[in-house]
Amino acid sequence: MKVYVPRDAAARALGADEVAAAVLREAKARGLEVTLVRNGSRGMVWLEPLVEVETGGKRVGFGPVTAADVAGVLDGTSKKVLGPVEELPFFKGQTRLTFARVGLTDPLSLAEYQAHGGLEGLRKALGLTGEAVVKEVTDSGLRGRGGAGFPTGIKWETVRKAPGPQKYIVCNADEGDSGTFADRMLMEGDPFCLIEGMAISGIAVGATKGYIYIRSEYPDAIEVMSAACEIARKEGVLGASVLGSGKAFDMEVRVGAGAYVCGEETSLLNSLEGKRGIVRAKPPLPALQGLFGKPTVVNNVISLASVPVVMAKGAAFYKDFGLGRSRGTIPLQIAGNVKYGGLYETAFGLTLGEIVEKIGGGTHSGRPVKAVQVGGPLGAYLPVAQFDTPFGYEEFDAKGALIGHAGLVVFDDTADMRKMARFAMEFCAIESCGKCTPCRIGAVRGVETIDRIGRGDVAAIPLLTDLCETMKDGSLCALGGFTPFPVMSALRHFPDDFTAKAKEAAE
Amino acid sequence: MTAAPGTDDAIARRTDEIISGLIGLEGPLLPIFHALQAEYGHVPAAALPPIADRLNISRAEVHGVMSFYHDFRSHPAAAHVVKLCRAEACQSLGADQIAERAQEKLGTGFHGTSADGKVTLEEVFCLGLCACGPAAMVDGKVVGRVDEARLDQILKEVRA
Repeated sequence: MKVYVPRDAAARALGADEVAAAVLREAKARGLEVTLVRNGSRGMVWLEPLVEVETGGKRVGFGPVTAADVAGVLDGTSKKVLGPVEELPFFKGQTRLTFARVGLTDPLSLAEYQAHGGLEGLRKALGLTGEAVVKEVTDSGLRGRGGAGFPTGIKWETVRKAPGPQKYIVCNADEGDSGTFADRMLMEGDPFCLIEGMAISGIAVGATKGYIYIRSEYPDAIEVMSAACEIARKEGVLGASVLGSGKAFDMEVRVGAGAYVCGEETSLLNSLEGKRGIVRAKPPLPALQGLFGKPTVVNNVISLASVPVVMAKGAAFYKDFGLGRSRGTIPLQIAGNVKYGGLYETAFGLTLGEIVEKIGGGTHSGRPVKAVQVGGPLGAYLPVAQFDTPFGYEEFDAKGALIGHAGLVVFDDTADMRKMARFAMEFCAIESCGKCTPCRIGAVRGVETIDRIGRGDVAAIPLLTDLCETMKDGSLCALGGFTPFPVMSALRHFPDDFTAKAKEAAE
Repeated sequence: MTAAPGTDDAIARRTDEIISGLIGLEGPLLPIFHALQAEYGHVPAAALPPIADRLNISRAEVHGVMSFYHDFRSHPAAAHVVKLCRAEACQSLGADQIAERAQEKLGTGFHGTSADGKVTLEEVFCLGLCACGPAAMVDGKVVGRVDEARLDQILKEVRA
């Protein structure tokens, strides 16, 4: 029998290693022949560690499993039985394109990767011209999943056309936004998918070298990606002749060092170059003068990992999903104070309310939802009154919000939104790279101003609004420029949390 | 002549070896810092001059890069490092109370070491465990759903 125990960091954080050890121990004690596979996570974090037992080609899930449950799991008598994972409502409702293999296969088995459709996209790309590959990606409507939503194909075309003997593919795996873990799950659960996406990108634009910049807070992802790169090199997926095509592409894993701002593409490039992670002014665009001044594609993990399926199944297939100008699927990361937290890949277009209430099941605490922060620490807080907003780039923009990397953090009615606004400013002050004044000094003044409001000085509210305008218009990058989103949305939708003290004093 | 381990001379010599192994990389500075920190638990001051020398950049630049990044320590941490996530998703599940309790129990603020010298407490902004918060990292191992009981257990173990 085959037993799957996830090696995903979330599963490990909930005891998967202890469960895996118990499986081996129990199997040995009974003389059972068990193959233990450390797969990725199926994304249902509230059920982790989610163990699957495969006998006769059928997989049955159990969860959340503790070491004490293992005996019953192996007997098939455990009360934690869930049935086939694909039949669970949370899983069944999804459209898994980018995450098709995550949790299903052994992340480090290239054979299993290929048995489940892996490398089809790369093989197809190798038979096409760079121009044709870029056209396919452009036609798919794929937009940058890191947050900015810039059309991936257009970025690639700029790099493809840029002259120069040396170009680079840089994968931004500095997933620092709270509430997001799709990059981590993909890298830990299906690393070859990202490698394939990067190789396709390299072949398309004429880059022979790639870097994955992974944040140091993700030791598991670093380990799996590094191992996968080595396997891919040994098997000829990477190297001087990709799959024997005569075209070269190789890549390296690089590790960040705890600076949130390095998720911004130009500071990431500086960091890769061995400099302080300070933002560069644009232009020049990284597409023309990026890493070491060379033309560079900088894409998020999910953007690159969505490319293999686009190439394998065609632009039209991918584009068919979605809404408006948001095409394809998006891995929603439902997090925070939520009953059913995890990763849910689906076409764009579900409303925020459907995601939080129907899929997420409301709050973990059982109290009413107060607000949902979408898109990380630089994303707006949306109140329940905006639950009818469809999940799409333009649709969120129209509400003064952003989808960012598609992380959703749910808060119940005990949340103090003035405190959350203060935290946004505090975080910006801690993480500011220091290059531009509105961010470096504005964030510090922002904390002080919100403290003044907290002490009952409502006259400071227009000052905060004004400061936010300055930060928004005057900052060099999204850190200072977008911190006003959480601050102003909190102020706009939850003014009572800001004026409570003043009211108290008046009474 | 071999310098005693831990002396500036020995550190400079070992740093030189580390640099030799990594200098072929494009942009080798961060990998060098990571390698030094893996070896010494921090980036010793004596390592900076040889780096400046071999990479042909100023000592100010080397110091500037090192001190820019939260990860790189100029002094060793305690034998155990407990990192608590303070980001929004964990806050929505009570991370602030956990952080307060940890600071109280250890008698230190963030970036400090407990009075018994056994535990360094750090804050971290997101470990990617946002659907099972509050999250922590204890000596490099991730822990989810850290409530008060779990925190007490963690602290008891690292202080034992």
